[in-house]
Amino acid sequence: MAEIKKITARIGEMDVLAPGICSMWIEETGFAGDAVPGQFISVYCDDKSRLLPRPISICEIDRTRGRLRIVFRIAGAGTKELSERKTGGMVQVMGPLGNGYRIDYCGGTIPQGEENQPILIGGGIGIPPLLALAQAIPQKKVAVLGYRDNKTFLKEDFEACGCKVVIATDDGSVGTKGNVIDAIRAQGVKGRMIYSCGPTPMQRGVKEYAAEQGIIAQLSLEERMACGIGACLGCVCKSVDVDEHSHVHNKRVCKDGPVFYAQEIEL
Amino acid sequence: MKTSVTIAGVEFKNPVTTASGTFGSGMEYGKLIDLNRLGAVTTKGVANVPWAGNQTPRLAETYGGMLNAIGLQNPGIDVFIERDIPFLKQYDTKIIVNVCGRTTADYIEVVERLQDEPVDLLEINISCPNVKEGGIAFGQNARMVSEITADIKRHAKQPVIMKLSPNVTDIAEMARAAEEGGADAVSLINTLTGMKIDINKRAFVLANKTGGLSGPAVKPVALRMVYQVANAIKLPVIGMGGIATAEDALEFIMAGASMVAVGTANFFNPRATLDVIEGIGAYMGENQIEDIRELVGCVK
Repeated sequence: MAEIKKITARIGEMDVLAPGICSMWIEETGFAGDAVPGQFISVYCDDKSRLLPRPISICEIDRTRGRLRIVFRIAGAGTKELSERKTGGMVQVMGPLGNGYRIDYCGGTIPQGEENQPILIGGGIGIPPLLALAQAIPQKKVAVLGYRDNKTFLKEDFEACGCKVVIATDDGSVGTKGNVIDAIRAQGVKGRMIYSCGPTPMQRGVKEYAAEQGIIAQLSLEERMACGIGACLGCVCKSVDVDEHSHVHNKRVCKDGPVFYAQEIEL
Repeated sequence: MKTSVTIAGVEFKNPVTTASGTFGSGMEYGKLIDLNRLGAVTTKGVANVPWAGNQTPRLAETYGGMLNAIGLQNPGIDVFIERDIPFLKQYDTKIIVNVCGRTTADYIEVVERLQDEPVDLLEINISCPNVKEGGIAFGQNARMVSEITADIKRHAKQPVIMKLSPNVTDIAEMARAAEEGGADAVSLINTLTGMKIDINKRAFVLANKTGGLSGPAVKPVALRMVYQVANAIKLPVIGMGGIATAEDALEFIMAGASMVAVGTANFFNPRATLDVIEGIGAYMGENQIEDIRELVGCVK
């Protein structure tokens, strides 16, 4: 696992992708080269009344320029503060954190062919980490993206890296009306490995679907965090087996995750 | 310049340790900072058997602070002895093991298991607000504080620090009870019981409904309590509660703490312990303080 660094970095391009969805490039992090898709960073607020770093997944890794992109939803005062930061300003971050997705198929390379393609499933603000993953998978791949309505984001970025994009919306304004699993069934998406990130109800659906289809799924989970490095035990999820670190049925989302095989965890 | 302090016959190279529960057993923070520089590492509470802890959400941020309701998740004393103590022994720092339990017998079992282990001090957690049995139940009644202290002292080989709860009417009374029970030192404060409600969901933020408040928000309360306790008993006091900087730590020392612990600050500044150690040294240099002990309790 790469060394974790806490640094003050310059803010690059800032963007609003959809209402309440912000994009921030973080320049010269010094650890972008070590980061892998599915990992996250801790982003610190300037307002000292907000103590805890915000864990935000990495959306893009630009190894040549040593920079990282995060895309986050304004969920409270902390992310609102981050959304108001300006290009050229500084931001404190720590990373890379967590394990990231395993980009292989049972230890080997992903087999060719549409029936073997990886299916990347993202719901809402769970979509961003899958973009870094899509960019790292050279094979044919499909992204199934779930949005509330027609205010979609990052869709073009997925298409730009050769990813077929299938959309589900709650209100049916774009793609299949319903959830990501409805879209997979309606649009006949086939594949051999699922990578997913999104709200817990969606992840439950993905886990069920993967079990039904007999395919492996890697799920990236979200939980409230404090330390972000595995010390405080604030962000655990339920594990099927007794975890070898905790010695109870708990795994640390920040350290042992955020990505888990579906069969390892209970949702 | 002398920064070392002695508590119950154990000498620490400097008066800075970690607050239990914020630092695990140092394995994670050891990748970010040099543990050799710490006066001591105080571990997360360990019980006789593994504890699964509470449901999530276990954390909530509050203004200048945070609530936690981890529920003392821990791998149990067997794993702790096999894995965590050998890890810490690699470093030139003292080891304070925080001990938790649901019953007196639980505490005694852990303390006995640690008798022949290379740990320097035991810190007895009778003040966790997040578990239903044990923990704080022992810490809110002076007679029980005194009794459990005496029971543990009969079985402990290492010196015993009783960690006091701030969720009491008179913390000095609890400190005196610990002293009567034969404690070697006291540490305070554990977290203050608090609550947060999500008005959009109209529900408690924490699965446990209540949690322990920590961080800079609690510092003035903690400082007042350390001052009260230091003036009520003869035992050394380890002060904690919202310490994030050397200035914070110096306030606690001047109020009467022989040693201080950095807790929640580790979460927003992984090198907070080192910043405090360096800042205390700088203050002593600037003010020609030869020995840190000159500052302990200097504000009356």
